[in-house]
Amino acid sequence: MRYDYVGVLIYMVLAVGFVLIGMTAQKYVSKFLRTNKPNAEKLSPYECGEEPVGGTSIRFNIRFYVMALVFIVFDVEVVLLFPWARVFTELYPFYRMALFWDMLIFVGILSLGLAYIWGKGDLEWVKSFRKHLSPAEQVARKPSKKEAA
Amino acid sequence: MIAILGIKLGDPAAWVFLAFAAVTCASALVVAASRNIIYSAYALLLTFFGVAGLYAFLDADFIAAAQLLVYVGGILVLILFGVMLTHKIREIKLSNETTNPIVGAAIAGFVFLALAYVSLYTNWDVVDRPASPTTGEIGKAFVGKYLLPFEASSVLLLGALIGAAYLARRDKEKA
Amino acid sequence: MHPLLNFAHDVLPFTKNWPDWILYGSLVFIVAFGILNTLVAPLTGISTYIERRLAGRAQYRWGPNRVGFRSMLDALPITRGIAKLGDMQPFKFIGSKIPGGLLQFAADGLKLFTKEDIIPAQADQLLFRGAPYVILAGSFAAFAVLPVSFHFRAVNLNIGIFYILGISSIVVPGILMAGWGSANKWALLGGMRAAAQIISYEIPVAIALMTAVMLAGTMNMADIVETQRSGYGMEKAGMLGWYAFRYGGLMLVPFVIYFIGGCAEVNRTPFDLVEGESELVAGYHTEYSGFRWSFFFMAEYSNMFAVGAIATTMFLGGPLPPYPVQFTESLFGPMGNLGMVLRFGEGFFWFFAKSYFFVLLMIHMRWTLPRYRIDQMMHLCWKVLIPIGLVWFVLMCGVKMVRMEMALPPEKDAVAEVHK
Repeated sequence: MRYDYVGVLIYMVLAVGFVLIGMTAQKYVSKFLRTNKPNAEKLSPYECGEEPVGGTSIRFNIRFYVMALVFIVFDVEVVLLFPWARVFTELYPFYRMALFWDMLIFVGILSLGLAYIWGKGDLEWVKSFRKHLSPAEQVARKPSKKEAA
Repeated sequence: MIAILGIKLGDPAAWVFLAFAAVTCASALVVAASRNIIYSAYALLLTFFGVAGLYAFLDADFIAAAQLLVYVGGILVLILFGVMLTHKIREIKLSNETTNPIVGAAIAGFVFLALAYVSLYTNWDVVDRPASPTTGEIGKAFVGKYLLPFEASSVLLLGALIGAAYLARRDKEKA
Repeated sequence: MHPLLNFAHDVLPFTKNWPDWILYGSLVFIVAFGILNTLVAPLTGISTYIERRLAGRAQYRWGPNRVGFRSMLDALPITRGIAKLGDMQPFKFIGSKIPGGLLQFAADGLKLFTKEDIIPAQADQLLFRGAPYVILAGSFAAFAVLPVSFHFRAVNLNIGIFYILGISSIVVPGILMAGWGSANKWALLGGMRAAAQIISYEIPVAIALMTAVMLAGTMNMADIVETQRSGYGMEKAGMLGWYAFRYGGLMLVPFVIYFIGGCAEVNRTPFDLVEGESELVAGYHTEYSGFRWSFFFMAEYSNMFAVGAIATTMFLGGPLPPYPVQFTESLFGPMGNLGMVLRFGEGFFWFFAKSYFFVLLMIHMRWTLPRYRIDQMMHLCWKVLIPIGLVWFVLMCGVKMVRMEMALPPEKDAVAEVHK
C-alpha cells in the first residue's frame, strides 16, 4: 500500500516539475524570442485600462466566512459518514435495521442543524435586515441601497 | 539520533519518511517564525500536507485523505478567509511578535524532551501485520465499538454549527 | 507483490534483478509522465479546439479553421495533391470534412511561450509564482486513480474516490494564493468567490459520491467499476448495470447532483461568476499572462475532464461498454495477446467517449446558459442540492436495505441461528 502512495507522490512531483520546467524554459529559452520591457504602467494592477483606484483592502461580505464555518461542519459529517457508507452492505446481514438507524440518527441530528441555520436566515447571502426589525420600524426605515447589497 | 529511532538508511522508505518529517517540521517552523501572516498560513498548507504524508506512510490511508479534506480544504481556507477579511492586513508589517524568547525556548525544549522520552521509552503496542485497508475497519468500529462516540460527534457538530452561525450574526440580530 | 511489478517482470525480464521500489517508481513515473504529456496537455488543446469550434457554431461564426490539418496538407507538394484530390467530386464529401484549425492550440502555446512575462510590481512574488504549482499539482494528482481501462490504473488506492475528494481540496488554497498574490482587487474578489463556491459545492458532490459508495460497498475506483457489470438480476447487464440506471432510475438524482456540483467545482458556466468578465475581468488569474497563465488554463481543462471521468466511473460504468461484456469477450478472448490489446482499447475507448460526453455537455452549457448570481449559486447549493442529496442518500440506503432484506433469510431465522 505504501507503494501506491509513493505513486501519488510521483504524480504530484511530476505536476510540479512540469510547471517548473515550463517556467524555466520560459525564463531562459524564450528570452531570445520575446520582448522584456517592463514599465510602470505595465506593472500596475490591471483594472480594465483605467488608473487603479485604491488598494486591495476592500471590505468583504462576512458571508464568506460563515460559509467556510458551515462548510467545515458538513465536511466533517461527510468524512464520518464515508466509513459507514463503505461498510453498510458488508455489515447489513449482521446488524440489520440497527445499522440504518445509526445513520439516520446521525444524519437527522445534522439536518436539524441545517434546518436551524436555514430558518434563522444564516444561509441567506443577501440579508434583508428589515425582517429583524419590528413592523413599525420596517415602515419607518426603508432599506438603503448599501444594506440591500 | 537516527539510529536511536530505528530508521535504517538503506531502506528507501526511510528516506521518504525523513523527507516528509523534514517538510512538516520546517514548514511548522515557518508558521511560527514568519513575519508575514499570509506566509504563515501557506506554510501551514505544507505542514498539513506533510502530516497527511506521514499518515499515508503509517498505512492510515483514510486518515491521510481526511486530513487533506478537512484541514487543507476546510480549516486552512477558513484561516485564509479570516486573514483576507481582516481590514488593512496588508499594511501590518510584523504579525508574529517575539516575546520572552528564553523562557519560551526553555518550555518548548522541556516539552520536546519529555515527549521524546515518552516516545522512546514507552512500551508501544507494536502491531506487526500486513498493511490492510483501514476504511472498513473504521466503519466497523463506528457501528460497533465506538457507536456512541460516532453519534455523539453528530451532537458536537450540531453544537459547532449553531455556535458558528450565532457568532457570525450581527449583535442586532442575536436577540 | 504488486500487479504492476508482476507485469513488468513478465514483459521485461531483465527488471527482475532491480529493487522493487526502483522498478515501481520508474513504472509509475512513466505512466504519469505519459498521462501528463500524451493526455492532459493535448487533451487541453483538443478540448479548447472543440470548445472554440462549438462556440463558433453557437455564435454563427467559424472558430479556428486555418492553422492545422488542411494547411499542413497544403504545405508540401506531395500532400497538396492529396488535399486537391479531396476537393474533387467523388471524394468531395471527405475533402470538405478535413478539419482546419486542429493545430491552433499548438500555435497558441507557442504564442504564449513567446509572450512577455509580467509580474505586477505590487504582487507578492512568492505567492504569485507559487500558485500555478499548487493548482496544477492538486488537479493532476486526481488523475492517479482514474481507471482508464479494465484493470488499468497507475495507482490502486483502496480509498480511491475519497482520495480524489481530499487531494483536489489542495486547489482551493492555490486559488486564494493566486488571488491574494496578484495585489489586484478583482483577482482577490475572484479568488474569494472561487474558494467559497468550490468548498460549498464539495458537500453535495461528496454526498452524491457517497451514495454510489454505499451501493458499491467499496471506495476503490476499479472495484466500483467491477460492481457495475451486473444488475437487474443479470450477470452481465451492459448499460443497465451502471449506477445511473440501477434501481429503476432512482440513482439518476445523485448523478445529476454530482454533475451540477462538478460544474460548480471547476467554475464552468453557469457557475463561472468567479471569472465573470463583465465584473471581475478574469477572476483570480487576471494578472497572469503568457506561459504562466497557460497553467491555469491547463488546470481548468484537465479538471473538466476529471469531473467527466469521475462521473463516468461512479455512475456510468467507467470503461464498461454499454452492451453486455460477454459479447466482445467471446470475440476477443481466443485472440491471445492481440485480444488483450483489443480489450484494453475497448475499455479505453468507452472511458474516453463517456468522459468526453461530459466535457462536450459542459461546453454546450457554457454557450447556452446565462450566469448565476452569487446568492442564487449559494441558494442552489445549500437549499436545494444538499437537502435533496441527504434525503436521497437515506432513501437509497432504504432501497438497498429492502433489496438485501429480500435476499437474506428472515430475521427470526437469523436470530435463531445465532442462539443455536
